[in-house]
Amino acid sequence: MKFSPSRLWAIVVKEFVQMRRDRLTLGMMAGIPVLQLLLFGYAINANPKHLPTAVLMADNGPQGRTLLYALENSSYFDFVRRVKTEPEGRRLLARGDVQFVVNIPENFTRDFLRGARPAILVEADATDPVATVNALAALNAAVNGALKNDLKGPLAFLSGTAPPVELQIHALYNPEDITAYNIVPGLMGTILTMTMIAITGLAITRERESGTMENLLSMPTRPLEVMIGKIVPYILVGYMQMALILLTARLLFRVPMAGSIALLMAVTFVFIVANLAMGITFSTLATTQRQAMQMSMFFFLPNILLSGFMFPFRGMPVWAQDIGEFLPLTHFLRIIRGILLKGNGFTDVVRELWQIALFAIVAIALSVKSFRRTLD
Amino acid sequence: MPDGLAIDVHGMTKRFDGLTAVNRVDLQVRTGDICGFLGPNGSGKTTFIRMLCGLLRPDGGSGTCLGHDVMTGSEAIKGLVGYMTQRFSFWDDLTIHENLDFVARMYSIGNRRRVVRESIERLGLEGQGNKLAGELSGGWKQRLALAACMIHDPKLLLLDEPTAGVDPKARREFWEEIHRLAEQGLTFLIATHYMDEAERCHRLAFILNGKLLSQGTVAEVIEQAHLTTWSVSGPDLTGLAGKLRVRPGVEQAVAFGNTLHISGDDADALLGAIAPFRAAPYEWRGIDSSLEDVFIHFMGGRAGRQMEGPRMDGPSS
Repeated sequence: MKFSPSRLWAIVVKEFVQMRRDRLTLGMMAGIPVLQLLLFGYAINANPKHLPTAVLMADNGPQGRTLLYALENSSYFDFVRRVKTEPEGRRLLARGDVQFVVNIPENFTRDFLRGARPAILVEADATDPVATVNALAALNAAVNGALKNDLKGPLAFLSGTAPPVELQIHALYNPEDITAYNIVPGLMGTILTMTMIAITGLAITRERESGTMENLLSMPTRPLEVMIGKIVPYILVGYMQMALILLTARLLFRVPMAGSIALLMAVTFVFIVANLAMGITFSTLATTQRQAMQMSMFFFLPNILLSGFMFPFRGMPVWAQDIGEFLPLTHFLRIIRGILLKGNGFTDVVRELWQIALFAIVAIALSVKSFRRTLD
Repeated sequence: MPDGLAIDVHGMTKRFDGLTAVNRVDLQVRTGDICGFLGPNGSGKTTFIRMLCGLLRPDGGSGTCLGHDVMTGSEAIKGLVGYMTQRFSFWDDLTIHENLDFVARMYSIGNRRRVVRESIERLGLEGQGNKLAGELSGGWKQRLALAACMIHDPKLLLLDEPTAGVDPKARREFWEEIHRLAEQGLTFLIATHYMDEAERCHRLAFILNGKLLSQGTVAEVIEQAHLTTWSVSGPDLTGLAGKLRVRPGVEQAVAFGNTLHISGDDADALLGAIAPFRAAPYEWRGIDSSLEDVFIHFMGGRAGRQMEGPRMDGPSS
């Protein structure tokens, strides 16, 4: 029996009709991307500003006030409370009412004018490093800038000589440090992974659970026709999700798209196929839809955590990076961020793409093999 | 189909993880016959049927199905066989028309539209083709399944408990349809639990624990069981049944209305067992064993040893 395109087409048509009637899955396929985009895109900010800050002013001199203005102007600090004692400040930190306490000590003005380099103490609630790290980094520049004007005459020596080297920093691709620029492209890969694996898994175990698979296989059809017939509709679903996310990324989040969208679409094909093949493999191992769902969750978790979607890939220990390198999502994230933010071209992309392709080939071989086995 | 055997297989065997589900089963079914396939749940009926229609690869055996080798010709066989699964296995979320159309496409039927339309007309569902299959009642689902199994004009129909959960009227109509089709030359292998259905078959095959115990016409199968049955009427039959069941030679003591049927495969031992109760108030009568008596007798397992007769190990290699 030869591979028959018309039988393949029959299966594809059937899948589409069933998909159209399955409101819940349909809603999931469109709803999940939109919901996740809005939540992640709007709700998550790795560079928080306007953090509540208390101030303990034991000295009311002009320099102290200049300093506070400068801090407020950095937009990281909002002075919401004034405290009288250090324990009072600590209590506010402990209760979580403020993120920082700025302590301007007694005799600050006097010591400053004497050139005695008085200390300013900034206490931070550093339980969540992400929340404080950017604000603390902005401190130094704000303090130095604020007091520059006062370093005149006898105090000129304090402004110091020029540092031995000049440090120039260019933060490329996302200079304003906008979280959405990083998260939204990452979401494309994450959402594709989730829907492609879960939905193919469900589509095949559903046939098995309801007994229709037995019927299907008693007809003169090749396993490959059934498999491809099941995959094709979801490739289209994947592209529709992709288009939906790209559109939202552009219109709502104004994510830059420096590279070629056509290239991105082409690369996505390999990624979608890799995930679909994985989903089919899961579905051959699972006997019920519930099991298929659990397995896809099990696969999804390391994808979220180890791919560099949520946390910096280079921040992980080597063993975790090694696991991450196996996941297609890791490479897809590098590709999509590369294309959209950096404007990477084909030659840059290939370095990551071949690893997704390798995963896809192994997953396809595995799924064909296990799919055949379930027939007996 | 040329006259002769639609199914002619020997030594069919299937093992799952060391467990033998079907053990060297020989089966011959003549073209145009309705063969009833009997056996308790888990006896291997479904596995045997799945091997015949190419869903499972046999671990051993030889023979032909519709003239094609069962070991190597499963693809050719698939195109000529209609298989109706135990559970309704068409797509609930497709309409009647979509289901039939899909099946027709899968069998690469040439004039698909006409065939599907005619099939719906034969079902008597004109104008209802757009109804979802999942909304049909049990009887209608079963008729739809039969129609879908037959859309590619198969020569052999394998029906796995086709009337489970179908009301008596629909069952009767179903069997009339089957006899009509058999007269047209179609061959049937029908797995069933129902004795009245078994009696409507031309021939029967009885399978237990993967082994074929008996095959032949209804009369032959009953004859092969060598079962003797007595009917008794009188007071307190329940009490009598309890006393009889523990006596040697008595296999079954089953109530049928106002009488009790006592069966055993050793006529002399049975006679000895009932001797103490032959006097009044009981009235005894020797009767023919029914198919159900034979069915229970086979299931009881006593016959398992004796019935492994020459038929079983005959021609298979």
